[in-house]
Amino acid sequence: MHSIPGRRLIMGLFLIFLLLPIYWLVNMSFKTNSEIISTMTLWPHTPTLQHYKRIFTDESWYSGYINSLEYVVLNTIISISVALPAAYAFSRYRFLGDKHLFFWLLSNRMAPAAVYALPFFNLYSAIGLFDTPWAVALAHCIFNVPLAVWILEGFVSGVPREIDETAFLDGYSFPRFFIKILVPLIASGIGVAAFFCFMFSWVELLLARTLTSVSAKPIAAIMTRTVSASGMDWGLLAAAGVLTIIPGALVIWFVRNYIASGFALGRV
Amino acid sequence: MDKTVNQKAWFLVLPVFLVVAFSAVLPLMTVVNYSMQDTFGNNQFFWNGVGWFKELLDPSTDLGGRFLASLGRNLFFSLVILAIEVPLGIVVALSMPREGWTVAACLVILALPLLIPWNVVGTIWQIFGRPDIGLLGYVLNAAGIDYNYVSNDIDAWVTVIVMDVWHWTSLVALLCYAGLKSIPEAYYQAAQIDGASRWAVFKAIQLPKMNRVLLIAVLLRFMDSFMIYTEPFVVTGGGPGNSTTFVSIELVKIALGQFDLGKAAALSLVYNLIILIVCWIFYTVMTNAGVERKVQAESEPASEPKSAAALKPVPVLKPKEGVA
Repeated sequence: MHSIPGRRLIMGLFLIFLLLPIYWLVNMSFKTNSEIISTMTLWPHTPTLQHYKRIFTDESWYSGYINSLEYVVLNTIISISVALPAAYAFSRYRFLGDKHLFFWLLSNRMAPAAVYALPFFNLYSAIGLFDTPWAVALAHCIFNVPLAVWILEGFVSGVPREIDETAFLDGYSFPRFFIKILVPLIASGIGVAAFFCFMFSWVELLLARTLTSVSAKPIAAIMTRTVSASGMDWGLLAAAGVLTIIPGALVIWFVRNYIASGFALGRV
Repeated sequence: MDKTVNQKAWFLVLPVFLVVAFSAVLPLMTVVNYSMQDTFGNNQFFWNGVGWFKELLDPSTDLGGRFLASLGRNLFFSLVILAIEVPLGIVVALSMPREGWTVAACLVILALPLLIPWNVVGTIWQIFGRPDIGLLGYVLNAAGIDYNYVSNDIDAWVTVIVMDVWHWTSLVALLCYAGLKSIPEAYYQAAQIDGASRWAVFKAIQLPKMNRVLLIAVLLRFMDSFMIYTEPFVVTGGGPGNSTTFVSIELVKIALGQFDLGKAAALSLVYNLIILIVCWIFYTVMTNAGVERKVQAESEPASEPKSAAALKPVPVLKPKEGVA
């Protein structure tokens, strides 16, 4: 690949631009509140773990992480399992209304969460799922399922048609072909799609906050509530923020080799 | 790839259809229902017809004025961040290291902002920009620039835009990088033999190859910036005054703040309609781009002299028609 002059400098500056605000958050999370407010220090002079200790020992804090992970994982499983057959259908067959259906799905990926906040609240209260991880997991399907279909469709189309035909000639039934042959072939695509479902469900807050009150409250919502209640506890806020970055960073590390093609949604 | 007609494929699509219909169509029906009614609380509703819609599109009323103002701000915001993020993303993608461990390191750091919960992105910049405890605000003020995003409109705008550039340029860069990676080395060798300039290589080889991913990038960035809510809400709360109140923020204010269901529902529908139209335009453009490239690839004579300027992108994977 051919690059442009001064690329190291540009890349370096851009990475610094990306990392500096994150560094500042990490920096603050290790400072005491008096140090944060009284002096401007580039690194913690009296480093402390008190904020982290508080989060890991106080149930109302750490339960937020568990709640968030719960609905994110649920959502990822639902999205991938319903999207896989659909992706295959869109990739291989032409059927009545296929293009309209695909566009309709895509348009849901683009629908603003703010529009759905209130109706979702009514809907999930009515069917008794309000304040459970299921409510948030199902609500997040509205943008994750279309995205998963979109990504997986690209990967399924990369599998030559002859493989299907050979398998059927060999006497594979459709479900057996799907699980034994197709799924292993697009394993990396499934990984990429799962990564995206995880990502968009993890970062979304508006719906997650609207659909939960006490027992399923996500960490992102707990951050805003506790901080405003106890004045501004900057150190604690920063520590909670740092802890929300970590799952994302871990997931990126696992998919780093697929990340570029993944962001192109399997269609370069 | 020619697809066979098979109506049974609907059975494969059915689960997706049901899940999305449950979470999209059902709520949308309640929105349509509310948008025609007025309420005075206590769950008593009155028929209001298209009253809310008339008010919404009339700038002289309170609702219409707020909606159109926030819509204008939102469009301006989307255009500004597209104008910054797309070129910057291309430059960053072109600056990626070629091989070695630095590639993985750069990719991981680039992707990092994308996986931070949106309200934490807001929190990061809220802290970073504060003149008393944030590095950015402190440095700017120490340098003699009076910067305060809480009280100054322009500072608030700059902060929100820089935050979005920080948050999302990586997406554009990663997409472009994926496009660049798919260019075979032979293209560059041909360009080198012809003595093509750096700019010619970019224009004739790299840009056409990135076309497709750039379309996806522009679509995603436009849509997501058009419905931006959490990040500016955390940083500025829509202020100072209403200067950074975007459509979603206005909508949530009306729906969950004032619980004004009829107005909120009417606004939702119009908002959704705008997004649907823009989405459709993009979809058509993307689909046509795919078809055109296919035609172009097929009509291209095999023995065409390979000068750098005449190099046309020959898709490695044939674009599928219908789906972008």
